[in-house]
Amino acid sequence: MKFGVVQFPGSCDERDALLAAKRFGDAELLWHAERDLRGADAVIVPGGFSYGDYLRAGAIARFSPMMDAVSEFALAGGPVLGICNGFQVLCEVGLLPGALLPNDSLRFVCRQVELEVVNTGTPFTRACEEGERLSIPVKHFTGCYFAPESALEELDANGQVLLRYDAGQNPNGSLRDIAGIASAQKNVFGLMPHPEHAVDPLTGSSDGGKLFASLVAHVEELVAA
Amino acid sequence: MTSGTAEAPHRALGLTDAEYELIVDKLGREPNGLELAVFSLMWSEHCAYKHSKKLLRTLPTEGEHVVMGPGENAGVVDVGDGLVAAFKVESHNHPSAVEPFQGAATGVGGILRDVFAVGARPICVLDSLRFGTLDSPRSRFLLDGVVGGIGHYGNSIGVATVGGEIYFEAPYETNCLVNAMCVGLAPSERLVRSAAAGIGNVVVLFGALTGRDGIGGASVLASAELEAGDDAKRPSVQVGDPFEESKLLECSLDLLEQALLGSLQDLGAAGLTSSSSEMASKGEVGLDLDVARVPLREPGMEPFEVMISESQERMLCVVEPDRLDAVLAVCERWEVRATAIGEVTDTRRLRVFDEGELVGDMPVEALVDECPLYDLEPAAPSDPVYPPPARRLPDEGDPADTLLALLRSANVTSKRDAFERYDSIVGSRTVRRPAAADAAVLTLAPDGGSGALAVSIDGNGRRVACDPFVGTVEAVLECARNLACVGAEPLGLTNCLNFANPEKPHVAWQLERSVAGLAAACEALAVPVVGGNVSLYNEGAEGPIYPTPVVGMVGKLPAPEHAAGLAFREAGHAIALVGPFRPWLAGSELEQLRGSLAGGLPEPDLAEHAAALAFVRAAVRSGAIASAHDVSEGGLACALAESCVAGAIGARIDCAALLEAGPSDEHPGAERGHEAALFGEGPGGVLLSGSPDAIDALAASGEVRVLRLGEVGGERLELNAGAAALSVSLDDLRAAYEHGVFAPPSAG
Repeated sequence: MKFGVVQFPGSCDERDALLAAKRFGDAELLWHAERDLRGADAVIVPGGFSYGDYLRAGAIARFSPMMDAVSEFALAGGPVLGICNGFQVLCEVGLLPGALLPNDSLRFVCRQVELEVVNTGTPFTRACEEGERLSIPVKHFTGCYFAPESALEELDANGQVLLRYDAGQNPNGSLRDIAGIASAQKNVFGLMPHPEHAVDPLTGSSDGGKLFASLVAHVEELVAA
Repeated sequence: MTSGTAEAPHRALGLTDAEYELIVDKLGREPNGLELAVFSLMWSEHCAYKHSKKLLRTLPTEGEHVVMGPGENAGVVDVGDGLVAAFKVESHNHPSAVEPFQGAATGVGGILRDVFAVGARPICVLDSLRFGTLDSPRSRFLLDGVVGGIGHYGNSIGVATVGGEIYFEAPYETNCLVNAMCVGLAPSERLVRSAAAGIGNVVVLFGALTGRDGIGGASVLASAELEAGDDAKRPSVQVGDPFEESKLLECSLDLLEQALLGSLQDLGAAGLTSSSSEMASKGEVGLDLDVARVPLREPGMEPFEVMISESQERMLCVVEPDRLDAVLAVCERWEVRATAIGEVTDTRRLRVFDEGELVGDMPVEALVDECPLYDLEPAAPSDPVYPPPARRLPDEGDPADTLLALLRSANVTSKRDAFERYDSIVGSRTVRRPAAADAAVLTLAPDGGSGALAVSIDGNGRRVACDPFVGTVEAVLECARNLACVGAEPLGLTNCLNFANPEKPHVAWQLERSVAGLAAACEALAVPVVGGNVSLYNEGAEGPIYPTPVVGMVGKLPAPEHAAGLAFREAGHAIALVGPFRPWLAGSELEQLRGSLAGGLPEPDLAEHAAALAFVRAAVRSGAIASAHDVSEGGLACALAESCVAGAIGARIDCAALLEAGPSDEHPGAERGHEAALFGEGPGGVLLSGSPDAIDALAASGEVRVLRLGEVGGERLELNAGAAALSVSLDDLRAAYEHGVFAPPSAG
């Protein structure tokens, strides 16, 4: 099992994602200007401020050669995990519906939050229990999930909402307390919380490790089949 | 060059007539405009430390862990396993007072560059901030801008902001303080120095374009008092671009990793002028630079403007000619602009060319080493320097009300609403986040090291105003105590000396006494000073700031899982007060809220404190301690309340043991013994909690005073202090303490 972690100029959490992924399998950085996924079984688009996020979060990263390759990989069914800025990039690319807006506080927020696992039938959440609570930190300025009402209905109906902020924990004003959503095929998942910062009790929590463990189980099952 | 006024140009640039004569003497002729601008910056207080250098030489700088001491871009200490930590604190006070967001952001950018200029990857930032009181709209504006700017830069570049302190006192109303400290890590073989070497080697400028920002910043903004009507200085403030710096950081470390550079230096105050002269001076060589080759952001810049521009996110390196192509290729990969702008010579002169035409020619030694150093003329003030603070509390009050007023007051209340605007976890090293423990703790595991670093930054200007020597000693002790609370032993110290105009005798006296205190405390604790910064002339029309030495320490601890937090953890745990704590009301937060400022503080016995610090450190390292928290602003009652709120559990405390142990006869608060016990301040007190057996074992050791005060449990903080008693619910404690600094100001 090999993770590929995309590195843009301005990425911040790519080394964190690499370290976290290495606890569960092999992992390698993927340079933004290249198109080679280097045999990755799953791709992580990490957090940070790709290209400075000056135009709009994630708006420039979508044009990179590597994101072309990641899109092709995703359309062929490959698992892609977008964390924070990665979630924003996946929305900009069109692999995920909706958009991330500035937090309703209009302030950056860094805080441990409690999440509820809503759907466990996906490659990203299969190691979790339905309704399980995960403690994972958020840190972002542009994390308020928005989509039109009809799209929100569809997300709920299709089981595409995988994680919600627990009652009273929504740090950014996201509609329906949405913390993370998957594509219709459930092979692309974007979330604002940082599971790569929750893989060791020493640094706060190991709950985020369940998302990585889920991906490993998913890929190993595919290989075995 | 001239401003069109009748004033001589050298005076407008901040040079005295005598200094100008000396420059003429060194050159053997009158300087031209460019040379005058270069000299005025190199001989400014900011670059030459001309009023502080003699004092700074009295600080202890040697220790077994020191790898690089003062003089390099950052101090460096050995942290074991082939790793070194580089760290420094620097001020960005005056720019932040003019434009708080960009001033603070570029302050962070500058200190990050200092750290990666020695080859270290920055792993965390801490900030020490001072503003006027929160009932002032200007202070609230500055606070919001500064916190926003620090967060913007640090969050965007992906360096964790893990701690710091914020105080609000009237003397900082027009002259806020913004001190930022950065710590970086490197494998020891990646360290690089800034000395230029190798005649014929190429000088490469890389990073952002050069524009007109910050021109005159070093000599005008940093060396003159801010006065009303200073709007004309606004365009001088630099603007930061964290994305550019992020690329510059990765590019610099990549270049060093591939061993392509001979030396590296960041461009900070005075831009190319100071970076090139410092590199040439340290390498005992000369440099030829051609300003026409410098990529510009705007057309028509004059050569002197290119030399003194303070555009951010730029670095200067020296490269062997046959490695130049490789260097340019690495820069291109990171999308960082890089240009060869000159070469190393054997002339020992800084020569500036404009398309080959010589436009400036100065001896390096004169620029860097021959600025006249001034003796201070210290005199203790005969009258109080500062007006007393505004009264906010009556002299007599119910102890429970007093506790809640203190918890809600600006200097004691939780700073969570500021810390949450900073990314404190990027890097996967943060074991103790802001406000979880007395010091931030960062594991070395991701870098292949063992154990963890602990970092803290401390200073209390009001107590230094009460007594410059003792107040500074207390700042060092508090920093060391914060490290001891997580089990860390200090490896080195950096400092930023924020003072007013040193040409005034009472300010010179404050500075001299403060540096003496810093030296005494560092020697007693065997902590070497490995770097620092001096910020003088911090005063506005209303008068000087409180003298504010800020100290930052980096320490090492073997087992991060044993690093104690400040939260009480378990009902039934015993609570002890450890160390030579002798609470005084004079100089305390409570006395400040009551509108009084003390003159003089009791001098601590440094050997006694060093022993207590070692004792606390050993206790925490043993793993038998559940919580550790030092007693600081607001005294024992506030420290207990903070541990209760953090742990969401109450405590029952009897101060009889403390009342019996003191106060002593000469104690000015003796007639109010119970208030001194509850709210009095002073160095040396640490609250430890743990199983009753563990606390008994500490008390039985007899090495250091251990007063058993009570136990953890219940839903209230119940405190008995002889004539006074209080009982406050956890909810009330939390509501007061979590008031925060961005909420509307409280009446308390």
